[in-house]
Amino acid sequence: MSDIIHTGKASPEQVTYANMLFYGCWGGLGLMAVTYLLYVFGIITPHIPLSQVPLMWSEPVGTYLQLGKVPTGWGWSVLILKGDFINFLGIVLLAGMTIVCYIPLIPVFLKRKEFVFAALALAEIIVLLFAASGIVGGGAH
Amino acid sequence: MKMDRLSHPAKIALFIMFGVLLFAVAAYASGAATDGSAVQNAVAGAGHDVADAAVQLGKDTGVAWWVWPLVLLFFCFVLGIIAVLAGVGGGVLYVPLVSGFFPFHLDFVRGAGLMVALAGALAAGPGLLKRNFASLRLALPVALIASSCAILGAFLGMALPTNVVQLFLGITIMGIAILLLCSKNTAHPVVTKADALGMALGMNGAYNDPATGELVQWKTHRTLPGLLMFIIIGIMAGMFGLGAGWANVPVLNLMMGAPLKVAVGTSKFLLSITDTSAAWVYLNKGCVIPLMAIPSIIGLMLGSFVGVRLLAKAKPTFIRYMVIGVLLFAGGKALLKGLGI
Repeated sequence: MSDIIHTGKASPEQVTYANMLFYGCWGGLGLMAVTYLLYVFGIITPHIPLSQVPLMWSEPVGTYLQLGKVPTGWGWSVLILKGDFINFLGIVLLAGMTIVCYIPLIPVFLKRKEFVFAALALAEIIVLLFAASGIVGGGAH
Repeated sequence: MKMDRLSHPAKIALFIMFGVLLFAVAAYASGAATDGSAVQNAVAGAGHDVADAAVQLGKDTGVAWWVWPLVLLFFCFVLGIIAVLAGVGGGVLYVPLVSGFFPFHLDFVRGAGLMVALAGALAAGPGLLKRNFASLRLALPVALIASSCAILGAFLGMALPTNVVQLFLGITIMGIAILLLCSKNTAHPVVTKADALGMALGMNGAYNDPATGELVQWKTHRTLPGLLMFIIIGIMAGMFGLGAGWANVPVLNLMMGAPLKVAVGTSKFLLSITDTSAAWVYLNKGCVIPLMAIPSIIGLMLGSFVGVRLLAKAKPTFIRYMVIGVLLFAGGKALLKGLGI
C-alpha cells in the first residue's frame, strides 16, 4: 500500500462517501426541522402532551419511560404517527447515515484486493447495526 | 452588507445579553407560578393516561413548556459560535453547561449531547473528506475501535448511578480544560519513518494546503499505541456523550504524527462514526427527548455557521481562555454535584 502516489486529491470512494453523507445529513436535518414544527405547533398530536414533558425531563430516564409509557428500542416505531415520535424519523436518518455510507466501500476495497479495509468496513457496519438493533437494552436508571 | 471589525464582539455580546434576558424571563415565570396550579390544570385538561401518570411527580416549575426549548435554542446558538471560535466541539461545552444550568436530567443531556456532536460531525464530514483534510484510510481502523468502545461506554454510563457519572464527568471536563491549556499541537509533526502497522494499513496521504499552496505529504508512526488510546477515548465519548475531538486531535497529531489539519479534519469525521454507535444506544434507551434535543441540534448548527464566518476576522485567543475558564467552572460544578455538595 505504500506505493500509492498521493496527488492531494480525495480518492473516488472518499468522494462518494462525502456525497452520500451530504445529502443524507441535510435531508435528516431538514426532516427534523419540519417534524419539530409539526410537533410544537400542535399540528400532530403527541404521545406525551407538551405541557407534561417538562415534568419528566428532570427525572431519570427510567421514570420518563414508566410515566410517559415510552417504549424502548425500536418500540417507538409503533408511535411514529404521534407528534413527538415523528421527530425520530430525522434523528434515525442522521444516526443511520454512517451505516449507509459504509456499504459502497466494501465492493471498492474488494475490487482493489484491499481485504483488510473491506473487513474493517464490514466490521464497522456490524458494530453500528448491533448498536442500532437495541438487542442489548434495559438497565437504564 | 458591510460589517466592521468592532461589530463582531458587539454582536456576540448582544447575543449573550439576549440569552441572559431569556433566562430572566424563564426565572420570572418560574417565580410567578409556584403554587403548582399550572400542572393541576394541565393534567385536568389533558385527560390522558400519560398526564395522569405525570401527577405522581408532583413537581412543576410553573414555566410554560415552550420556554426551555426556546432558551435552549438560543443558548445553543451562542454555544455554537463560541465552540467554533474556541476550536472545541459543541458536545464538550453542551453537556457540562446544560446539565449544570438547565433542569434536564443528565441522562437526557448526554443523549442530546451525542446527537449535537453527531449532527455537527455529519455536517462537517463531506467538506473535510472532499478536501482530503479527513482521511478515510486513517479513520477506518480508528473508528472501528472507538465506535465499539463507545457502545461499551454508553452502557457503562447508563448502568452507573447518576452521581458517579457526574463525578467522573466533572473530573473529565476539568481534565479537558487543562489539556486545552497545556496542549501544544504541531502543524507538521516530523515523522522520519512510518511504522510497520501504519504502512500495513496504508495510513498515509497528502493534501493541498490552501494557505501555502503546497502539497503536504504525511504518514503515521506510533500507530499501535495511538490505536490503543482510542479504546479509552471511545469509552469516554459514549459514557459522557461529549464527542471526543478534544482527545482525538492530540492523539492523531502528537502521538501518531498526522499533520494538524489532517488530525482536526479526521477527528471531526471520526465523531460522525464514534458518536453514531453511542447515539443509537441512548436512542434505544429512551434518552432522546425531541422537545429538548432538536432545538439543541438546530441552535448549535446555526451557531457553528455564524462562528465559522466570524472565525476569519475574530481573534479567538481570548475566547479560548474564556472557554477553558467556563469548562473549569462547569467541571467543578459537576464534580460537586457528583459528591452531593
